[in-house]
Amino acid sequence: MSEARCADAVYRLRNLTKIYGERRVLSIAALEVFRGEVVALVGPSGSGKSTLLRLLNFLEPPSEGIIEFEGQVYHSARSPELYVRRRIVTVFQRPMLLNRSVWDNTAYGLRLRGEHDARAWVEQALALVGLQGLAHQRAHTLSGGEAQRVALARALAIHPQVLLLDEPTANLDPYNVGLIEGIIQRLNRDQGTTLVLVTHNVFQARRLAQRVAFLLDGQIIETADTEQFFEAPQDARTRAFIHGEMVY
Amino acid sequence: MSSDFIEIVLLSLRVSGQALLFSSVIGVPLGAWVGLKRFRGRRLIAAMLYTGMGFPPVVIGLFVYLLLSRNGVLGSLNLPFLPRLFTPAAMVVAQTVIAFPLVAGFTMAAVMGVHPQLRQQLVSLGATPRQAALTVLMEARLGVIVAIAAGFGGIISEVGAVMLVGGNIEGRTRVLTTAIVLETRKGNFELALALGGVLLLLTFLANLVMLRLQGRAFDE
Repeated sequence: MSEARCADAVYRLRNLTKIYGERRVLSIAALEVFRGEVVALVGPSGSGKSTLLRLLNFLEPPSEGIIEFEGQVYHSARSPELYVRRRIVTVFQRPMLLNRSVWDNTAYGLRLRGEHDARAWVEQALALVGLQGLAHQRAHTLSGGEAQRVALARALAIHPQVLLLDEPTANLDPYNVGLIEGIIQRLNRDQGTTLVLVTHNVFQARRLAQRVAFLLDGQIIETADTEQFFEAPQDARTRAFIHGEMVY
Repeated sequence: MSSDFIEIVLLSLRVSGQALLFSSVIGVPLGAWVGLKRFRGRRLIAAMLYTGMGFPPVVIGLFVYLLLSRNGVLGSLNLPFLPRLFTPAAMVVAQTVIAFPLVAGFTMAAVMGVHPQLRQQLVSLGATPRQAALTVLMEARLGVIVAIAAGFGGIISEVGAVMLVGGNIEGRTRVLTTAIVLETRKGNFELALALGGVLLLLTFLANLVMLRLQGRAFDE
């Protein structure tokens, strides 16, 4: 890893743990996310991927350890200020849309920020996900794929510095999977947005990510550039997961 | 229609309207808070609200009577802002106490019915806890309006408490329900029925207004 790349880390995680009751669900010694890259977090269900994403979005504090974001250190006793948190947004596996129009849902994040005249941004976000024609439709009448694209549009409208994606294409048909993957690629390529993608689909990780981290039982087993991760995994457990041989 | 009759209708609307306003101002935020916030004693407060929802109005009337009477806990203090017994203000206090657990309890149930993940997703989009709570409350508006309608229904038709703290004084504290009781006892069944009809009509109209407030959400 080059020094220049090291210096340009958006996130640095050190000795990060998350404990619920008696159960330690996350225990990460170290992880970096660099500016402008797509990192995929892969692993079986229950491996702590979504928990890690919630910590990266500062939706909940870690139990121990630190999250360094843009050079500022945060931990269990220090959460980021609102303006810092607002640079990060998550698109969840199951989008929860407001019982309003597609337009209102897309504009929601902007209104929170006091941007009441954000027509151009909303139009741009809807165009990016191909939903301009449905702007005035009620969100609850949309199909699963359309709803996920609205969730993506409302995240894109606020131009996040970091976009976290939690299984964004799970349960979607191949057409919508292709659409959403295309949006993710364009977003990273054209706008340089840093993306962290949680997926259990290794093929998707290979298609979209520049680096992949494999989580198992709350620990990062291996992190590598995508090519190396899939062609020459260092750990036997990574190899087993990639080849679908892992029993869990 | 006699001026006495109109006066009774107007006083009923004024007393119940003010009580509904106060109980909503207290009950909606309280219900939203209990529904959304995790804290010690939350279950206890929820249980108290549910108990309050089923509390006999006449018993609440008795408590308010004892509190406001000259020898009561509050009445003996002779504070200028406290309402006196046998005034519309005392009736408003009693009806507020009756309605607010209904408003708070139904509001709590309504916001708890909104998927808990919505709030997390709103916070992820940059909402402060207060902004997220207000948005959830807006999402639960159908239920919140039902809560207010239940509160209105509970007080406009209530007779025991207003009779106790108001005294059913002609021209001062006589409302539709107490007038119906009085006219029935006097054998004026036609007038009692007419008053009952007006009470039903008012309740129907108030609920029509609330249905209108529920807006398009009702049709989905």
